[in-house]
Amino acid sequence: MNIHEYQAKALLKGFGAPVAQGVPVLKIEEVEAAAKSLPGPLYVVKSQIHAGGRGKGKFKELGPDAKGGVRLAKSIDEVVAFAKEMLGNTLVTAQTGPAGKQVNRLYIEDGADIDRELYCSLLVDRSVGRVAFVVSTEGGMDIEAVAHDTPEKIHTIAIDPEAGVTADDVAKISKALELKGAAAEDAKSLFPILYKAFSEKDMALLEINPLIVMKNGSLRVLDAKVSFDGNALFRHDDVKALRDETEEDAKEIEASKWDLAYVALDGNIGCMVNGAGLAMATMDIIKLYGKEPANFCDVGGGAGKEKVAAAFKIITADPKVEGILVNIFGGIMKCDVIAEGVVAAVQEVGLKVPLVVRLEGTNVELGKKILNESGLAITAADDLDDAAKKIVAAIKG
Amino acid sequence: MSIIVNKDTKVLVQGLTGKTGSFHTEQALAYYGTKMVGGIHPAKGGTNWTGSKGETLPIFASVAEGKAKTGADASVIYVPPAGAADAIIEAIEAEIPFITCITEGIPVMDMVRVKAKLEKSKSRLLGPNCPGILTPEECKIGIMPGSIFRKGSVGIVSRSGTLTYEAVFQTSNEGLGQTTAVGIGGDPVKGTEFIDVLEMFLADPATTSIIMIGEIGGSAEEDAAQFLIDEAKKGRKKPMAGFIAGRTAPKGRTMGHAGAVVSGGKGDAESKIAAMEAAGIRVSPSPARLGKTLVEVLKG
Repeated sequence: MNIHEYQAKALLKGFGAPVAQGVPVLKIEEVEAAAKSLPGPLYVVKSQIHAGGRGKGKFKELGPDAKGGVRLAKSIDEVVAFAKEMLGNTLVTAQTGPAGKQVNRLYIEDGADIDRELYCSLLVDRSVGRVAFVVSTEGGMDIEAVAHDTPEKIHTIAIDPEAGVTADDVAKISKALELKGAAAEDAKSLFPILYKAFSEKDMALLEINPLIVMKNGSLRVLDAKVSFDGNALFRHDDVKALRDETEEDAKEIEASKWDLAYVALDGNIGCMVNGAGLAMATMDIIKLYGKEPANFCDVGGGAGKEKVAAAFKIITADPKVEGILVNIFGGIMKCDVIAEGVVAAVQEVGLKVPLVVRLEGTNVELGKKILNESGLAITAADDLDDAAKKIVAAIKG
Repeated sequence: MSIIVNKDTKVLVQGLTGKTGSFHTEQALAYYGTKMVGGIHPAKGGTNWTGSKGETLPIFASVAEGKAKTGADASVIYVPPAGAADAIIEAIEAEIPFITCITEGIPVMDMVRVKAKLEKSKSRLLGPNCPGILTPEECKIGIMPGSIFRKGSVGIVSRSGTLTYEAVFQTSNEGLGQTTAVGIGGDPVKGTEFIDVLEMFLADPATTSIIMIGEIGGSAEEDAAQFLIDEAKKGRKKPMAGFIAGRTAPKGRTMGHAGAVVSGGKGDAESKIAAMEAAGIRVSPSPARLGKTLVEVLKG
C-alpha cells in the first residue's frame, strides 16, 4: 500500500526525523492561508500523486512549455498561481503511463537552501533477509539509472535485527554519503529513526530522494516515498487510514475487498487462475500465442464459491475484456468449487465473451460435470497449452 | 532415494486443530501413511485430535513436549499469519531439524526476525508461503495433491505451488516420475533457497534430472545459476529444464506472491532466463512444456 509524500513526511516527523514545515491542501481556497502559515520567502508547491517523476512531469491541460508537478515559488502570489495550474489537472510522468493522474491534493512546503542532494532508502534485502540502507551521494536523480551506469556509487548496509542500527552502521552510512560536521552529527539520530519507523510501521520501502545537506550543514528529508507491507496492515489501523482510494484502480479496490490478488493490465484476455506462479505463467502463455492479458488474478487456494464468483464478475466488468481464460490446477482448491462459482457468476451477470476453462487436479471430474451440465457456452481445454490456443483463437473470431 | 523427507520422517502439526491443518493432515495420513505423529495446541495438550474418518492423533501443549514424546524430526505449520512467525520460532527453539511453514501472508519484518534466529540454529526451514515437500509413495508434508505424483527420477524445486503441480503432472505423464518435489515458497525472506535444494539433488544418486521453476523478483535464480556453473566445474552436473514465471508482469507491481516484484531495475524474467541458460538449464518458454522440454534434454 502506498501513501502520499505529505503523509510519509508527517509519519517520519512523528518519529523525530527532520522534515520541512508544510501544509497539505485539497481546495484552491486553502492555498493562500497555507502559504502564509509558512516562514517563506521560498515555497515549494508539490503535486501529491502516487507516482514518481513529478518534477519532470507535464500537465495534460497546460502547454508543453508549462512547468512540472513540483515548483519552486518565490512569493505567496506565485504559490497561488501555481496551485491553480496544478489542482484538478492531470499530471503525466514517466511512472503514471500516458493517461496520467489527476492531482487532487497539493503540499505547500517551506523552501530549503540546498548544498548537496543525497539518496537514502530502506528496504528488505532478500539476499540476506535483513533490512538494509541503500545510499548514494547521487541524490535527486533516477536511482535506477545511477545503479545501471555507476553501480560503485551505491552502497548497501544491512542491519542485524537483533542489534538494530549500531554506531558502526551509522559510521558506514555517513562515510558512504561523505557526511561531515553538523550533517554527521544529525546522522547519528536520523538513521536509527528511519530504521525504527521502517520496522515499527512494517514498511516495504522508505525512499528519501533527495536527502539534503542544507547550507547550514544540517540534514533534511526533502522528499519521501513510503509503501507498506500489505501482509502487516492488520496490525496498523493508523496506516490503513492513510489509504487514498482515488489513486487506485477501481477493479483492484473491489478485488482487495474479497482478498483476491488482482492487478489490472492493458490487454484483452481476462484470466482467473489459482496460484500466483500459475497466474503469471498463464499471462505469459497468452503472450506467447500473440495476445495480451487484461489482468493478473490469483483466487488463492482456499477460495469458496462466492469468492470465485466475485473474481469472475470483476473480470467480466472490465470493458477491455474480449475473452476469458480460467486456469485451475486444484491442490487445496477443488475444481467443483471453481465450476460452481463460475456457473453462479455467469447466471447472474451473463456471458458476452468467449470463455475457455481448463481444470486439473482435485475433484476435476466433478468440476467438468458441473460445467457440462450447466448448459453454458463454455469451451473446455485439456491442458494449459490447449487452453491458451483456444482462447486466442476464439477472440480472433 | 529422495531428499529431506522419506518414509521414516515423523511430523508434528502446528495448527492441527484449525480447518486447514485438519484437512491436510487427513490427506497426509491417507498418502502412503505419512508418519504424522501429533499436533500442537497450548491449551489442548493431553487431548486427542480426531479426523473426519476417525483418525486420531495426540495433542501436545508445546513443540518441545511433542518432540520429546514422539521423536518427531519435522513439523509443519498451518498457523494463521499473525502467529506463524512465533510458531516457527517455537519449532526452532525446540530444535526440530526440519520445519515447513505453509502459511501465506506473514509480515516480512516477522520473517526478518525468524531468519536471524534460524541462522543461529540447527533447523532447516522450508517456506513460508509454500506448498511443502513430497517424496512419492513415502511422505507428504504440506498441501501438494498426492494423486499426480509417480515415483521416479526427477527432482523438482519451485518458488510457485501450482507450477510445481504442473511440473509434477507433466513429468508423471512423460513416465519419468519424481524423487522429491520441493516448494520453496513465494516470500521474499524465507528459509530454504534454490541452492540448498539443488545441492541435495546433485548429491542424491536417485535424482538423475532436475526441474527448477523460478519467478520474477530478487536474484535467487541468478545465484542458483552461478552455483550450478561452479559445481559443473567440479564435475557435478545433471540434466535440467526450467521455467520463469512473470515475463509479462509489469514493473513495480507485486504479482500475488509477496516476493514476485520487479523493483529497482532488478529481478526481471529475462535476466533470470539468461542466467539459467548460461548454466546449462533448458528454459521452456511455455509452462505447458516443462515435461516435454526435460524429455528433449534427456534425449540429448
